[in-house]
Amino acid sequence: MPGKRVISIAATATLILSTGAADAAGGAGHVEDYAFTFQGPFGTFDQNQLQRGLQVYTEVCSACHGLQYVPLRTLADEGGPALPEDQVRAYAAFFEIYDAKIDDWRPATPNDHFPGSNLENAPDLSLMAKARAGFSGPYGLGLNPLFRGTGGPEYIASLLTHYTGSEREEFGAILYGNETFPGGYIAMAPPLWDDQVVYNDGTPATVEQMALDVSAFLMWTAEPHLMARKQMGFTAIILLGILSVLLYLTNKRIWAPVKARAKSGAPAR
Amino acid sequence: MSGIPHDHYEPKSNAGKWLHKRLPIVSLMYDTLMIPTPKNLNWMWIWGIVLMFCLVLQIITGIILVMHYTPHVDMAFASVEHIMRNVNGGWAMRYIHQNGASLFFIAVYLHIFRGLYYGSYKAPREITWIIGMLIYVLMMGTAFMGYVLPWGQMSFWGATVITGLFGAIPFAGDAIQTWLLGGPAVDNATLNRFLSLHYLLPFVILGLVIVHVWAFHTTGNNNPTGVEVRRTSRAEADADTLPFWPYFVIKDLFALAVILVGFFAIVGYMPNYLGHPDNYIEANPLVTPSHIVPEWYFLPFYAILRAFDSDVWIVIFFNFVSGGIIRADFFGVVMMFGAIMVVALAPWLDTSLVRSGRYRPMLKWWFWIFIVNFFVLMWAGSREPTAAIANVSLIGTAYWFAYFLVILPLLGVIEKPLPQPKTIEDDFKAHHGKADDTEGSAAAQPAPAK
Repeated sequence: MPGKRVISIAATATLILSTGAADAAGGAGHVEDYAFTFQGPFGTFDQNQLQRGLQVYTEVCSACHGLQYVPLRTLADEGGPALPEDQVRAYAAFFEIYDAKIDDWRPATPNDHFPGSNLENAPDLSLMAKARAGFSGPYGLGLNPLFRGTGGPEYIASLLTHYTGSEREEFGAILYGNETFPGGYIAMAPPLWDDQVVYNDGTPATVEQMALDVSAFLMWTAEPHLMARKQMGFTAIILLGILSVLLYLTNKRIWAPVKARAKSGAPAR
Repeated sequence: MSGIPHDHYEPKSNAGKWLHKRLPIVSLMYDTLMIPTPKNLNWMWIWGIVLMFCLVLQIITGIILVMHYTPHVDMAFASVEHIMRNVNGGWAMRYIHQNGASLFFIAVYLHIFRGLYYGSYKAPREITWIIGMLIYVLMMGTAFMGYVLPWGQMSFWGATVITGLFGAIPFAGDAIQTWLLGGPAVDNATLNRFLSLHYLLPFVILGLVIVHVWAFHTTGNNNPTGVEVRRTSRAEADADTLPFWPYFVIKDLFALAVILVGFFAIVGYMPNYLGHPDNYIEANPLVTPSHIVPEWYFLPFYAILRAFDSDVWIVIFFNFVSGGIIRADFFGVVMMFGAIMVVALAPWLDTSLVRSGRYRPMLKWWFWIFIVNFFVLMWAGSREPTAAIANVSLIGTAYWFAYFLVILPLLGVIEKPLPQPKTIEDDFKAHHGKADDTEGSAAAQPAPAK
């Protein structure tokens, strides 16, 4: 039925367009300023939270979405979920991927990437936490993102927890009311409900908990070297700070006789 | 080199003499490093070193990035992610390169503003100024093409909008645009030539930087008073100047270290603050972002470009006079390039005999309005193009042109300048506490031979 297909493509395009519009204008709806452990100059990923987020991603999100830029082996990396290698191998084997070399499907290995999205209109989530800005403005001055961060993970968590419960039909597709999504209606049905997953560490699986966990996980998929980056920033600031002090003192010492001569009125050299 | 008397290199060893006869390279380095420099230079004279550092930083990080980057529309975005995830230290190289461009532009704007305020563009430094503006234009081209390489949504659509400017040229526009893009639209051919040029232009810039330095080493540095170094005797020159090494090298390196603390705070803690989130979405020719914005350093010119629609009287006028050949889009393009052009022509537009803004009571005001106006235009360029924003852009654009075409020529005639110090030495002494004797008597005392 080509007619229906055109309509669904149109609906998809409209959705993507409206997302873009809101991004540019900072017009996302309500974005809650959640506190994450990886925020602040010394913030780090919570390894347990990343593992819980991986579980939510695997059991819920991956039904439609993909993580095509994320190599499975990085699940074992330090500063990430840090799964043991054998678990990563076992986890990878759950995914069937198409291998062009053998022209067939085979179980994934840690060297493969996560599969891409299964649905055409479900965006890849690898970089979503950096591709959405929850905070912007005010008045185009950029002060909010300066003090609160660009708000990517906050946007994801808010989106998952701020369904209004209302529905609307548009071009034959059902849209769901959402306070965070630009335009107020989103094509994704509310994906989370309480106790949808069972956490191994006994954390109660409330919608908000799962949303925060998966947002943290998606921040890691978007910026896997976040902790190393902050460490580099800190080291660079300290070392350059020391260098600045030394150069300041050197500069002062070099110029002291020149300035003293200027003060006393003595010949310049 | 500068006509300011100073020590020259004398080879002492036999090997040194042997080399000097055949290739006076040590002499060249000595004269460059020991160039007599006005001793009253203030902290606005540090940006040259910062810019030199930025150029080298961008070239080094860029050479490393290109080793891992794939210039193909299907692979470019993924190869950047490969750099960010799999290449050892790749994320650091990429973030330093990305934010290095911003540091480069912060420094170049302050460097240019310094020149505008202290009249560094005036005779005999016009060539230095023109070369500097050429470098700036090449920087803009290089930065623009570099932003296309990650092949994100803003890369693609930015390239589409900016190359579309050439399509606005009457008659030949479409042909020129197709020729530039290597096809009817931004595609693989565009990406490849942009990488090629993005790699080439920095070395052209490097060459021009050498000419830029050569030119002002020939004329000598300007300084905050705008008063020239005395060249008639060695003693006077020594009283006005100090050798570049160590006095200014150490001072500049100190400033650079402080600036790099701020730079690494951005790279380490908020590397994407100055970028656009949409560029983490792979380029999609079928989906247009509703609001396409360039990087922050292009925003003032983007505002000028967008200020002119077909309702502005001057556009209507030119459209009428040209029989419809000049349309609003082409007019905007001309104004955007014209805005850079008038800056380059400042040496001939400024009629004042006084070089430094410090002694120009009226220029001071107009200059600071120009700076504020620059930021207003930058802000306007970042906003959705509503009618109000278009008006703000139009007023800002009008002031930009008025500053160079009306205010600078007029002030030289009507302004009554303040008294300037006779010598650089007087200024230095006045600044460092010898306030009772600033009338140049020290200059009369012969300095003992060193």
